[in-house]
Amino acid sequence: MFKSSHLPLEHADKKSWASGGASSSSPMEYPTPLNFYEKPPMFDVKLEQFEQSALDRLRILAEIESCSARGRPWDETKRIVSTLCQKHLRLSSNTAGGDLGIMDTQKEDERRKDHLSHFVLRLAFCRTEDLRQRFITAESTLFRCRFEEATPAERTLLYESRDFKWVKVDDVEKKSLEANLRATLTGFKNIAEQNDAWDRDAFYKVQWSQVPQLVEHRRVFLKKGWAYVPARQQSAIVFREFEVHLRQALNMTNRAMPQMDEDTRLTPIIDHLSQGFLAGVASDWQYEEGDDTTKLRAEQVDEYAKKHWPLCMRSIHDQLKKDHHVKHYGRLYYTLFLKGMKLDINEAIAFWKKSFQGGKVTEDKFNKEYRYNIRHTYGQEGKRANYQAKTCVALLTGDAEYGCPYRFLAPESLQTRLQISYADQGLQSSDIHEILNNKKGSHFNIACTRVFEITHAKYVKKGEGLGQSETVTHPNLYAERSIEFETKKEGPTKVTSKQEDDDLEGIIMQVD
Amino acid sequence: MASDAMDIDGSSPEALRAFYNRLYPFPSIYKWLNQNDQAPSRLFTHREFAFTLPGDIYLRYQSFKDEKEFKAQVLRHVPTRFEIGPQYTFRPRDKKTAKPGTFNPLARELVFDIDMTDYDPIRTCCTDAGICKRCWGFIAAAVHVLEDSIRDQYGYEHLLWVYSGRRGIHLWISDWGAMELSDELRKAIVGWLTVVLPGKDSGKKVNVRSHSKSLPPSIGAVIGHLAEVFDELILETQDVFASTEGYEALLALIPDAALVHTLRSKWVADPSRPSTDKWQDLRQLVKNHKQKALLKSAMEDIVLQYTYPRLDAEVSKHRNHLLKAPFCVHPKTNRICVPVDPKTVDDFDPDEVPTVGQLLLELNNAGKDSAAEDEWKKTSLAPYVEMLEAHTAAIIESKRAIKQEKNGMSW
Repeated sequence: MFKSSHLPLEHADKKSWASGGASSSSPMEYPTPLNFYEKPPMFDVKLEQFEQSALDRLRILAEIESCSARGRPWDETKRIVSTLCQKHLRLSSNTAGGDLGIMDTQKEDERRKDHLSHFVLRLAFCRTEDLRQRFITAESTLFRCRFEEATPAERTLLYESRDFKWVKVDDVEKKSLEANLRATLTGFKNIAEQNDAWDRDAFYKVQWSQVPQLVEHRRVFLKKGWAYVPARQQSAIVFREFEVHLRQALNMTNRAMPQMDEDTRLTPIIDHLSQGFLAGVASDWQYEEGDDTTKLRAEQVDEYAKKHWPLCMRSIHDQLKKDHHVKHYGRLYYTLFLKGMKLDINEAIAFWKKSFQGGKVTEDKFNKEYRYNIRHTYGQEGKRANYQAKTCVALLTGDAEYGCPYRFLAPESLQTRLQISYADQGLQSSDIHEILNNKKGSHFNIACTRVFEITHAKYVKKGEGLGQSETVTHPNLYAERSIEFETKKEGPTKVTSKQEDDDLEGIIMQVD
Repeated sequence: MASDAMDIDGSSPEALRAFYNRLYPFPSIYKWLNQNDQAPSRLFTHREFAFTLPGDIYLRYQSFKDEKEFKAQVLRHVPTRFEIGPQYTFRPRDKKTAKPGTFNPLARELVFDIDMTDYDPIRTCCTDAGICKRCWGFIAAAVHVLEDSIRDQYGYEHLLWVYSGRRGIHLWISDWGAMELSDELRKAIVGWLTVVLPGKDSGKKVNVRSHSKSLPPSIGAVIGHLAEVFDELILETQDVFASTEGYEALLALIPDAALVHTLRSKWVADPSRPSTDKWQDLRQLVKNHKQKALLKSAMEDIVLQYTYPRLDAEVSKHRNHLLKAPFCVHPKTNRICVPVDPKTVDDFDPDEVPTVGQLLLELNNAGKDSAAEDEWKKTSLAPYVEMLEAHTAAIIESKRAIKQEKNGMSW
């Protein structure tokens, strides 16, 4: 039976962010886009905003984790995060002016959303040490990206906003320690440049434990427990303080959580959020709707499955072909996936009917039971809900038999399955080791992304993921990208119409 | 003297029991760990002890409510040695009843471990477990460098050096600032103090000049002293470059092929040329070389590679790492793990450290006239126990001073 599961949170309408009834707040509520998140948001929010803002932020944090798992260099990570932030969690600079159409009220809204989403995720990630650590690492990376993009004036505002416990080294002391301090001014082309930096830059004294990374790599001068930090390394103090403060805050939130549980509206949302982060992805990829033209025909499914489906859907497809049957979750996942691939209701019924032929299910039984369920899934029966295709999060935390094979299969079975499925698309046995390693490190979506890279080596290089360094977060995204690459290469005439090509562009714009 | 000690078999369980019963300075160890000479604090009651029993039996998570119980348990098990860990959130012996994830280390002396085996690739006199007066020079050099670095750079004052009983030395730092360091911060200190990369393979192991030609100030501050150590210890005492293997290891560290070629030709013709002369050959060639600056840096790096302290990093990085308690008996040498005064570390001779047998004999010879308390006073263990007592007194005094300052402020 196709059961109607509870409404997945990805359904939340993507309404534009509206100021949450706090229109009376002064424009100086957030003097800078850089927030140390010391005070919780005190304004009213709608439940929907509560959730949507957190989902948007989660998507960015998940991408940060993915960058780190793939060992991307800092510049690349920063570029990816910055691009993603533009889309989901924009924070305009103070200097972003009217000619860009960014009004002060809009900046306030952006900053309020940033503020709120951070605190919502604190609730979701305060509960275990593992989650706390991951959240701190990801949030610190995000903060660092933003700090580096901030203007000097904005940084100064941040410096003045709180006590960073640094003491500026006065000129007399600076002079007396000249040789030692100069030795920490490194990386200059010539002595003139270093002299210039020496004359211009200040030094700040902090307790050495405030800058452990600089100490570990001997980038500072130490005396009696004080670290002398050159101004150009001052950001290290800020980043460290951000982490320490966030750690304390998360521990406090964790202790306060039992009182929170009373609010039954929030608990399921928070549970769902932490689940998504655990799976390593925050996905709410959505396909374009409203176009009635048939995009995929029943008889094309087999060909597409071999060429374009990710391993999860490919596995269901192969089992269906072999046994002429799959169990409940297999049907549910695959029907929704195919719906997302624009197999319309009539084609879907044709496809399933044909697939069941030769098995135990008679046509009569099919018409009585399965047909209804397919129609239900398409929102044509019962409560007529418009169900979305399952995301990677859902498949990672879902049914063990039909869910994410990278997570649920034993290493040996996964190896066999990969070889059977992708050997003719360029997957070598030498690639398997890396994929199994990703699995071992619980980076399931990265294993999947890597398989995409290998099987689409004509179009993407290692590290480029689904193009533009994106990681697989949704089976439909995987398939769409695969089709898109092929279509672009071979021209739109073969399998798609001009119309579809345009739509695919639309989808790409949306997910980028 | 060693020959007299033959009368008592220091390695027997009976001797060990007698040592624990009559000589081991439980009150001093208790006060040192407790950082207080009064009632037991959590620093003692929540502290992990681990016993090693004969037959490779290892009893972890022992803890004691006071000094009396501490001694009673040691006498009950007569461990071949015991180790000290951190203060935990709960009494370690109640570990099983703690909720998962709540039993965590809180505080612990910052410790360092230097072991002669890490110098095996360069020392010529002994290998593996062996140690002699000649290779003690490496340890002495390490003690001087760490003493200076830690006192001057980190500002810690309460450093206790303890001979490990065979071929190494331990450092325990009891300043409160050091006690409460997180693992992350301990790792940072280890990074700061790691100059010679660990590993058995030869080749260049020193890389401290990131982005610049000069040495970082912390290393620049000790290079002068280490150059002297290098002359005495490496070139003269150890004569490290006397063998073909020895001088080839040196040549591998010189970044100029032509120079290496010149030196090798000269030394192949006269392989037994003393190390001092070989080093002089190199120095002469560098003096007039057009790459003088680069080669001088390389020479400094060589000095560091041969003399800078080689730390066992893992011991220092984690609060929950266990380290053998002072005054334990080394099971192989039967020598006591005694405190070492860093001021006289150069004259320290491992062979003169008292053994269990020797101490028990001294005790027998002293007769039974005085009280049973503090029997160590009658033996050659006395100066070592007094060293620990003085060290502990300083810790307690500075704690008291800090407390008074705080009270004064809040007045």
